[in-house]
Amino acid sequence: MALTLNQDQQLLKDSAQSFCQHNAPVSMLRKLRDSKDSDGFDRQLWQQMIELGWAGMAIPEAYGGFDFGYGGLGVVLEETGRTLVSSPLISTVLVAATVINELGSEQQKQDLLPKIVAGELLIALALDEQTSHAPKRIATTASKSGTDYILNGRKTFVLDGHVAQQLIVVARTSGETDSEAGISLFLLDSNAEGVNCQRSWMVDSRNSAQLEFVNVKLGANALLGELDKGFDGLDRALDVARIGIAAEMLGSIQTVFESILQYLKQREQFGVLIGSFQGLQHRAAEMYSEIELCKSAVRAALAGLDDPQKSRIEIAVLASVAKAKLSEVFFLVSNEGIQMHGGIGMTDEFDIGFFIKRARVAQQYLGDAVFHRDRYATLNNF
Amino acid sequence: MSAVSEFQASTRAWLEQNCPASMRTPMVQEEIVWGGRNATFANPDSKLWLQRMAEKGWTCPGWPAEYGGGGLDKEQTIILSQELARINARPALTSFGISMLGPVLLEYASHQQKMAFIPQIVRGEIRWCQGYSEPGAGSDLASLGTRAELQGDYYLINGSKVWTSYADKADWIFCLVRTDTEVPKHSGISFILFDMASEGVSTRPIQLISGSSPFCETFFDDVKVPAGNLVGRLNEGWTIAKRLLQHERTMISSFGLASGQSDRGGTTSTVASIEGAAMHYRGDTDKLSDPVLRDQIAQFKIDSEAFAYTSQRSVEESKQGQGPNATSSMLKNYGCELNKRRYELLLRAIGSQGLGWEGEGFNPEELQVTREWLRSKANSIEGGTSEVQLNIIAKRVLGLPDILSMSKR
Repeated sequence: MALTLNQDQQLLKDSAQSFCQHNAPVSMLRKLRDSKDSDGFDRQLWQQMIELGWAGMAIPEAYGGFDFGYGGLGVVLEETGRTLVSSPLISTVLVAATVINELGSEQQKQDLLPKIVAGELLIALALDEQTSHAPKRIATTASKSGTDYILNGRKTFVLDGHVAQQLIVVARTSGETDSEAGISLFLLDSNAEGVNCQRSWMVDSRNSAQLEFVNVKLGANALLGELDKGFDGLDRALDVARIGIAAEMLGSIQTVFESILQYLKQREQFGVLIGSFQGLQHRAAEMYSEIELCKSAVRAALAGLDDPQKSRIEIAVLASVAKAKLSEVFFLVSNEGIQMHGGIGMTDEFDIGFFIKRARVAQQYLGDAVFHRDRYATLNNF
Repeated sequence: MSAVSEFQASTRAWLEQNCPASMRTPMVQEEIVWGGRNATFANPDSKLWLQRMAEKGWTCPGWPAEYGGGGLDKEQTIILSQELARINARPALTSFGISMLGPVLLEYASHQQKMAFIPQIVRGEIRWCQGYSEPGAGSDLASLGTRAELQGDYYLINGSKVWTSYADKADWIFCLVRTDTEVPKHSGISFILFDMASEGVSTRPIQLISGSSPFCETFFDDVKVPAGNLVGRLNEGWTIAKRLLQHERTMISSFGLASGQSDRGGTTSTVASIEGAAMHYRGDTDKLSDPVLRDQIAQFKIDSEAFAYTSQRSVEESKQGQGPNATSSMLKNYGCELNKRRYELLLRAIGSQGLGWEGEGFNPEELQVTREWLRSKANSIEGGTSEVQLNIIAKRVLGLPDILSMSKR
């Protein structure tokens, strides 16, 4: 397993970096926030990202994608993380397209994936119901009524739920809350009758929604994957998404750290550069070490996703290692980002605040460090 | 078949044929092969294994064949280590000659010196020790005071060293000496090699908190060393000294790597893994009952995995033949801190049975864990303290202004 980028991945990373720096700097997110943009992302920018092929990066050629692997999508996410690009790349591509690719029937993949690649479809996963990630804790029910299903329940923290044209809803078709068996996934139009959507303005200026389903009628063809047996495929897709989020966090962490280093080399106090103080040097050196571990954890996880030899358990371990580690280090670096910049770190005018806000949301999303340490222990039988 | 898979196939076949069965079992402390004039082999297979590996130069696979090394390129070296790991082969030879001295001799020594010393290192014929720290020169190593004065065709050496690992067992020493006292401290140091059997050399083992004595005080009293044993140029030894430290740190950083499935390496017992020990001593069957310990063990193991990937990445990123660089300080620091965390967690996992010193109430492994825990405290001191590593990272990797440039020299 190679932990260094190959030439194609490096070229892609360089071009993604240059694109994000020029076309989607942090000031773009600031503008979306200040103008209370109704979408929460820039549609023109999203169109450009589509033209670059980013939506089809990890999607097989048979469904209109470019089969460039998760290693490719990973470096793109890392670069979008550097400038905090807000776009449907996470909700629609990383999460929803992966769920469809893992669980969908041939027909569903043919119908949906090419549209995602072409930028014609925004789609969101409605999963969590409580305030911390718990993918088995599903109380939303889909009960059989003739050949149809009737959906009832509530979802929270649905990324881009307010703009998605379609939703993938994780529901319980049998079994007790918290049991793996009995979880099924359904596709539905977001404007179906009985779907109520309330947009949530999150601290990171990205958007999610709280959704309520009141007797929403679903046809038999709405089922995504097997009845009652949706959890395995969902969890596989979630692991891909967790690794992708870790890659995005890696980019953000590096921007904050570079900003810290720059400040240590230019700010003078007591007649010397503050970067000469050992109290700050050692903290910077320890952050550097943690970030090197983060790079390795992300590269190993992405390489694992593209390695057909890897078992399901190995991928799950790689995903939990990456998400736990990156969540911890983003927490550390974003806090130090404020502290080591001193007063200006507290100002809204300075960009560092956007990063600590994004850090906490990214830490939470799809499981924080504690969630993944618990999962890691379980996967390793202790 | 590609050249790579051909090499892999022939290596696998050779190992299958030549690695004795007992050399494919976990290493035990008493059977580690250090080589040297007075080498002892607790297990006769160890001797056979060393001879076979040394003959192919595979004790030092990446070193030039001209000097007895394996002459393998980076890719082949990686394949060999993978194939050795695949059959759980023990290291045929463990020595400071391989991990520290050899690489800098290849970089800085004359052809004649290389011919004299490198093949002996490959074959494990000479056991080396490291004459670096002194009573007054620890973290500030460059302030060392052991003198070497040129007297015709030899140097006369006077002074003392401390923390000299296995000085009482070593045949030769690579030693930092002061050859000019009139210049700034870094500019008057030379790197010299000499026989520990020379007249005027004496050693005294130091008993440590773990009860063992791997380190010594070493004294030089009018020791005569042939002038030709000086490596590199006179007074330019600091460059070699720092380079050697990078190799030393890379070696020490491997303490942070778990071997295979085991946290302590080389054991298959109840204390082989931290979580296994924690569950065993609590009588837990499917889940560790102490949730805080469970979380901390998971955190430790996640960091260990990320660290192992980082070591691997650092090998992949280093250019052919270039060896370690300033990132060796990061690996050294992180690896040592991880190893200390490992033993603190292991003690908590075992509880009072992990705190025995001697006697009947404890099994040998429990007693060993106690000693290893104490030994691990040296990890973040030897080879440059963690604080020194952080200074190096700040200065050499991050380019932060030098704190020392503002203090007096």
